[in-house]
Amino acid sequence: MNHLLDTFHLAQLPPEAEAFRAEVKAFLADMQPKAPPSKRARSWMGFDADFSRKLAGRGWVGITLPAQYGGAGLDPFRRFVLVEELLSAGAPVAAHWIADRQSGPLILRYGTEAQKAAYLPKICRGEAFFCIGMSEPNSGSDLASVRTRATPAADGWVLNGQKIWTTNAQHCQYMIALVRTSGVPEDKQKGLSQFIIDLSLPGVTVRPIRDLTGDAHFAEVVFENVALRPDALIGEEGSGWEQVNAELAFERSGPERIYSSIVLLDAWIEQLRRTEATRDQVAALGRFVTHVATLRNMSIAVTSKLARHESPVVEAALVKDLGTELEQAIPAYLEAAIASDPEAAGDGELLRTVAYLSQISPTFSLRGGTREILRGMIARSLGLR
Amino acid sequence: MFVEAIANILKDRFSPQALRKIGQGVEVREVWGAIEEAGFLELLAPEEAGGAGLVLGELYPILLEVGKHAVPLPIGQTIAARAILSKSGGGAPAGMITIAPRCRCEPDGSLHIANVIGGLVADHVLVGCGDAVLLLDCSAAQRDWIGVHGSLSADLKWVRGDAVPIEGVTVDELDAWDGAVLAVLMAGAARRAGELTLQYCQDRSQFGRSIGKFQVIQHQLSVIVEHIAAMSVAAQMAFAGGQRHPGKLAAAVAKARCAEAVQVVAAAAHGLHGAIGITEEYDLQLLTRCLHEWRMAHGSELYWNRVVGMAMLGREGVKVSDFARQV
Repeated sequence: MNHLLDTFHLAQLPPEAEAFRAEVKAFLADMQPKAPPSKRARSWMGFDADFSRKLAGRGWVGITLPAQYGGAGLDPFRRFVLVEELLSAGAPVAAHWIADRQSGPLILRYGTEAQKAAYLPKICRGEAFFCIGMSEPNSGSDLASVRTRATPAADGWVLNGQKIWTTNAQHCQYMIALVRTSGVPEDKQKGLSQFIIDLSLPGVTVRPIRDLTGDAHFAEVVFENVALRPDALIGEEGSGWEQVNAELAFERSGPERIYSSIVLLDAWIEQLRRTEATRDQVAALGRFVTHVATLRNMSIAVTSKLARHESPVVEAALVKDLGTELEQAIPAYLEAAIASDPEAAGDGELLRTVAYLSQISPTFSLRGGTREILRGMIARSLGLR
Repeated sequence: MFVEAIANILKDRFSPQALRKIGQGVEVREVWGAIEEAGFLELLAPEEAGGAGLVLGELYPILLEVGKHAVPLPIGQTIAARAILSKSGGGAPAGMITIAPRCRCEPDGSLHIANVIGGLVADHVLVGCGDAVLLLDCSAAQRDWIGVHGSLSADLKWVRGDAVPIEGVTVDELDAWDGAVLAVLMAGAARRAGELTLQYCQDRSQFGRSIGKFQVIQHQLSVIVEHIAAMSVAAQMAFAGGQRHPGKLAAAVAKARCAEAVQVVAAAAHGLHGAIGITEEYDLQLLTRCLHEWRMAHGSELYWNRVVGMAMLGREGVKVSDFARQV
């Protein structure tokens, strides 16, 4: 237990990261179209390719990638600051989000020189958007049971199978997918590999899935005899499981696991400042702020491990579980608070924002690994499994 | 090294058996004498004055140990009180100094303070009174035990309060110090309670295997650890780096977050232990009694969350992420 707890050392963002914040704030003040909170609440589900390209124009897509590939070559702390400011503003970052957060770093770490040269500059220019092909109709939390299969062929691989719940697949040029290259699903973690799949190839069908808010933020993707070139394989054949797990340390610990309901919280605070807050409301607000402040520092502690090139997989799982609990608690409380007085004049925009988040917030503890999976990981690190 | 040496003294002086005696008011003076002699109370005093010259970041791991050992005597509060008094330029009296949030002045001139940590045995109490900070001599007080088994907390009453306000110290500073100290104590005690619970779940066997093999138990332990990690980070925020006095807002966040986690950790720790955890003989009770006491001392999370909430509402135009960053 102590080995895990002792990694949560209070760390400060370095001064150069804080200096960078001013640049980001200035950019957002100029750029940000003044969308209403109900729209901004979509946050990293909000797709806007133009916005991503404008951000890329500043050099802030692929922010941690080296300059030789068109990246900004900045450290994880500055990425933390950028992400924090984008999410706090409710900027529509979905288009480049996955590529910046994990696909780019994955290609940098495991890709060949040719793969790096082919993809990374396009990511940094905001021209190549990536999605993650993990879940399948029969593989959710049991990710290692994936059945999509790449079979060796004379000139590369032939891909057959299906991915589902793939965020923004319909808007992306590429998918990095976890598929089976040898053995059978019962072999679990063995025999899995990752591929970069060009979604414009013949045999790929992408069908958006409408969600309960009326958006279509995810999709299903079917592969029928898709011919992949040899260099579609990323990393080692058979090392897909380890690669995916390294990726998840990037995916689980960032501010996006704390701030998914922050636009709603800020909108409510604005309303409280205009009206009169009760003692209970002040305490509830204070509690949310207390949790945000603490989680933010937990996330920075994990970021400093990433900056030291460690792979804090369990720590990231811990922060994600606590962080998504807060993200879900905010709309859960605000539904009750906003409707606590049936005679009060309603605020339509606040209502739409809370309604969106109440409906979508169950995804917060599903995407990137469910609560049950994360708690199982923590239990394993405690020596219980 | 330093922390380890201190942990050894605590282990020696505050063994579970010793804690049971201390909780009944037995041998308190002897133990306190040993703590004083070991230099505990001078950890923050400058080196030229014979102290250890520690800054907050260095004091944190020491107070965490005090919390882990479930020490019911106001060691942290005395260290804090001495730092506060030295800031005012005056000296601190010898002995045990506890801290309380507010005293009530009755029309007849008497002073009352409710539920003072270590109130049965403390020599002095530092307390807020209106805008003033007072140092009151407990030997002149009527001490009424609050009646909780094993607790040294007491209500204190002075027939005539004639204390002189301490110059150069604000009630906010007093609140910040006590909030910060209680937060790290809770973080320490919760960590030890978590360790005991994890060990118990590995040792205890039911249905032919250790109960820690059951997923439902594993997930409860994971949640306990998540909250202990949050407590630890929140408490560290109040003891940031090279500072010598905690900030009010950071202390508020720390106290509120730790106090809130107490109910989660204590309830799950007892739930997983079953009936043995409820016995006087088993050590978990020593920790959870302190946890509940420290949660309520100097304001629960409801109080401190309101402090944070009011500060947030008062910063016109400031967003949560900007506010959180400045805590």
